[in-house]
Amino acid sequence: MRLTVNGQSHDVEFDVRTSLLDLLRETIGLTGTKKGCDHGQCGACTILVNGRRINSCLTLAAMHEGDEITTIEGLGSPDGLSPMQEAFFEHDGYQCGFCTPGQIVSATAMLEEAGKGWPSHVSASLEGEMRLTPEEISERMSGNLCRCSAYPNINDAIAEVAGGKS
Amino acid sequence: MREFQFARAADPAGACSAAAGAGRFIAGGTNLLDLMKLEIERPEKLVDISRLPLDEVEETPEGGLRIGALVPNADLAAHAAVRMRYPVLSRALLAGASGQLRNKASTGGNLLQRTRCYYFYDTAMPCNKRDPGSGCGAIGGFNRIHAILGASDKCIATHPSDMAVAMRALDAQVETLKGDGSTRSIAISELYRLPGDTPEIENVLEQGELITHVVLPPPPPGRHAYRKVRDRASYAFALVSVAAIVAVEDGRITSARLAFGGLAHMPWRDPAVEDLLVGQAPGEEAFRRAADKLLENARGYGGNDFKIPLARRTLMATLHDIAGGRA
Repeated sequence: MRLTVNGQSHDVEFDVRTSLLDLLRETIGLTGTKKGCDHGQCGACTILVNGRRINSCLTLAAMHEGDEITTIEGLGSPDGLSPMQEAFFEHDGYQCGFCTPGQIVSATAMLEEAGKGWPSHVSASLEGEMRLTPEEISERMSGNLCRCSAYPNINDAIAEVAGGKS
Repeated sequence: MREFQFARAADPAGACSAAAGAGRFIAGGTNLLDLMKLEIERPEKLVDISRLPLDEVEETPEGGLRIGALVPNADLAAHAAVRMRYPVLSRALLAGASGQLRNKASTGGNLLQRTRCYYFYDTAMPCNKRDPGSGCGAIGGFNRIHAILGASDKCIATHPSDMAVAMRALDAQVETLKGDGSTRSIAISELYRLPGDTPEIENVLEQGELITHVVLPPPPPGRHAYRKVRDRASYAFALVSVAAIVAVEDGRITSARLAFGGLAHMPWRDPAVEDLLVGQAPGEEAFRRAADKLLENARGYGGNDFKIPLARRTLMATLHDIAGGRA
């Protein structure tokens, strides 16, 4: 089967039970995407499929032929950090770093969702103008857990990128 | 995870024939794969329906919406017509899961997701739903999240969906396609079953029957609210939730639709509760009588006793919010 990851196509063979997460890490060798809970609860495995953030642990690799898959490695590189990577660095938005790739990929896509005007559970109005307040950022990022609890700095990093965008 | 055959369906009819016998449909997979990893679900064959053309939201001639079964929860919550005309549905969807899961989870799959009962998930424990006849670990065990209405001595699990609660209040119809090519439309009030003696049978769908659409009738009159009470502020299942649509004219309630999550094996709705409210002036007394009616047959199992007063307070607070009548 052919998979497109970070713009590169890969011809891969795998057991049909393989999650997209395991395929990325074990077969393709992109280990930036982390396996935390493996049950969709922690968000460490967040990647983009056709631009949307999903939990790569809860989807079968076999279901993604032809999809555009983006991992943390596709967002930026040590020599060319993405704005969100740069902001996490600037704001010290991590402690142990294990959840960080998932946080950054999730936050990047979350800003796209907010840019489309998608409301959240904490939005006062479903139709009114939406501002990415700290409360909005926390709610929209609730699928990414940080066991070190670096949330204040994670939120600051995201808020900086969000502010730059508006 | 157990081995399984994998087939990708080219069209809905092909999906139904591929699922004949022992096939299971997979769309978003966010619940099914989780359960397969734990070997709670052990399908012999998966039929991938995720690329079927069932991902549109269309207007119906009657003024309602016809939602494709594969519309992701995120897209449905953000859909302009849903936000404007069915805010209770947007609110319920946004109260559920996380951004990542809502991007993947489908409308049809959300309706059919399995309970989050701890004993259903723990394969070392008895569970009549997972292993019929083995007993219920929740009765006499840790049952904080369990049902207070419509349960049986075989099972006290709850249905976990928020979306389905809003759809129950909206009188949604579930459209399906069967392997013989026939279609049917099932009222959401008829879709789910109470546990009774067969908690492993959760709905009336037949083997190989595919949900293709969910149809919402024209929006009912009144204000909408979805109120969810849970153990943390986000990304948690409901202990109690209420989907409410209530209209008030000239100081009297003219229509009321109330559906509840977290209380039963299915999204719960009791017409007698709604009938008690219609014609009444909004206020403490009318709301208390409605709550009494809702909970007259409620039963706690120890750990979930708190849900009885919590359901009462959640209902009354929600009614005060959207119908007024606060002293």
